Amino acid sequence: MSERHMEIIGRTFWPMLEKGLLYSVPLAVVSFILGIVIAVIAALVIINRIPFFKQLADIYIWVFRGTPLLVQLFIVYWGICNPLGIDKWIASITAFSLNVGAYSAETIRAAILSIPKGQWEAGYAIGMNYRQVFFQVIIPQAAKVSVPPLFNSFISLVKDTSLASTIMISEMFRKAQEFASSNFEYLLIYSEVAVVYLMFCTVLNGLQKVIEVKLRVGKN
Amino acid sequence: MDKAADEERAMYKVSGITKNFSDNQILKGVSLEIEPNKTTVLIGPSGSGKTTLLRCINLLEIPDGGVVEVGGLSYEFGRGRKPKIDDPRLREIRSRTGMVFQNFQLFPHWTVLENIMKGPVTVLKREKEQCRKEALELLVKVGLSDKKDAYPYELSGGQQQRIAIARALAMKPELLLFDEPTSALDPELEAEVLNIIRQLVEEKRTIVIVTHKMSFAKEIADKIVFFDQGMIVKEGSYEEVENCGNQRITQFLNMIKN
Repeated sequence: MSERHMEIIGRTFWPMLEKGLLYSVPLAVVSFILGIVIAVIAALVIINRIPFFKQLADIYIWVFRGTPLLVQLFIVYWGICNPLGIDKWIASITAFSLNVGAYSAETIRAAILSIPKGQWEAGYAIGMNYRQVFFQVIIPQAAKVSVPPLFNSFISLVKDTSLASTIMISEMFRKAQEFASSNFEYLLIYSEVAVVYLMFCTVLNGLQKVIEVKLRVGKN
Repeated sequence: MDKAADEERAMYKVSGITKNFSDNQILKGVSLEIEPNKTTVLIGPSGSGKTTLLRCINLLEIPDGGVVEVGGLSYEFGRGRKPKIDDPRLREIRSRTGMVFQNFQLFPHWTVLENIMKGPVTVLKREKEQCRKEALELLVKVGLSDKKDAYPYELSGGQQQRIAIARALAMKPELLLFDEPTSALDPELEAEVLNIIRQLVEEKRTIVIVTHKMSFAKEIADKIVFFDQGMIVKEGSYEEVENCGNQRITQFLNMIKN
């Protein structure tokens, strides 16, 4: 690596990391939290077969898993938000959370259904009502099951925030593109930004392990 | 409370219970009176409906028709809409009965003590310290005081079932139901569970138990009920059932003995 390369790295690394920490990560975290809220609601509606809402949730999952995230982002921003004068951040958070919500709904639904029927019955047998059994017996066990697949979605989302660069959001990848074209160092800059994404995801891997260990108490 | 009312409260019976699973009629109008302070043992071939009847008594299974009466509360099925398992009136009946499952079904994410205290604290809304004290007493009773902070996965099957019995007793049930409580255990662990049940029988609790362990049934039963094809074929003392001359019963008992 030449001195020039070192100089470019020194000059570009921190601004990119800063964009990542200030924009990409918050975008992913906020979208993921909203996505989980959507996912829990959709999973509950489907499991309990609530008329109308179940069909609605089925269609939602079908559409958002069956179309590209980039297309969803463009529809939400260019098709809806931009003409209405809604901020592009709101557009991207909406698109990302709806997308991750569709995948996570299936994860959460499967986790809840994976808890044996006998656990419901054991709860009912001591006189608990539906709400008590669901929140105190089923959800804690289902949460444990759903951590690894939910982290899959979360990690994907962190990387997918790079798509926001296409609607001119100044997140980390947008910054990388600017640096790359101004320095004509595509391999170097894009490798550099890849390393930053890898760093973020490494932290998430660690977080996943910590949460799994925490939830391991009382495994069966 | 006068004596008549006392007896009224102590009535446990089901009448005309029917239950279908899709096209299969599992219970064909079963009526059974459960005598207070006595042990009733349900026996019969697999698929005869005895477990389903047990589950209909505490309404984990909702009958399609018939009446369930537990301790002065009654519920008639087959009229109007089928109630949900969460129906408050069914919950009321259910909280007065204790159920012990074949596969224990302890709550894996709670300690032994939490498993036992959960019902009294959450459902009966009783004071936590008092529940804790009673739970510890129940652990002494089932001989597992040293396991109070263990999680279910750290226990043997026999120990788990003893905790499950303690969990059922914590609700102070008027009626105790056992669904093949030792079927999932090897013979060595079976004995420790049977000893606890023996103790409960001696305390003159009202018990209904489904079991394939004929020697145990003979030992503890005040009344044996023989089930076949969704109906009660014969009920009475062990000798009465054994010697009633019904070919199906003789055949079943001989097969079990071997």
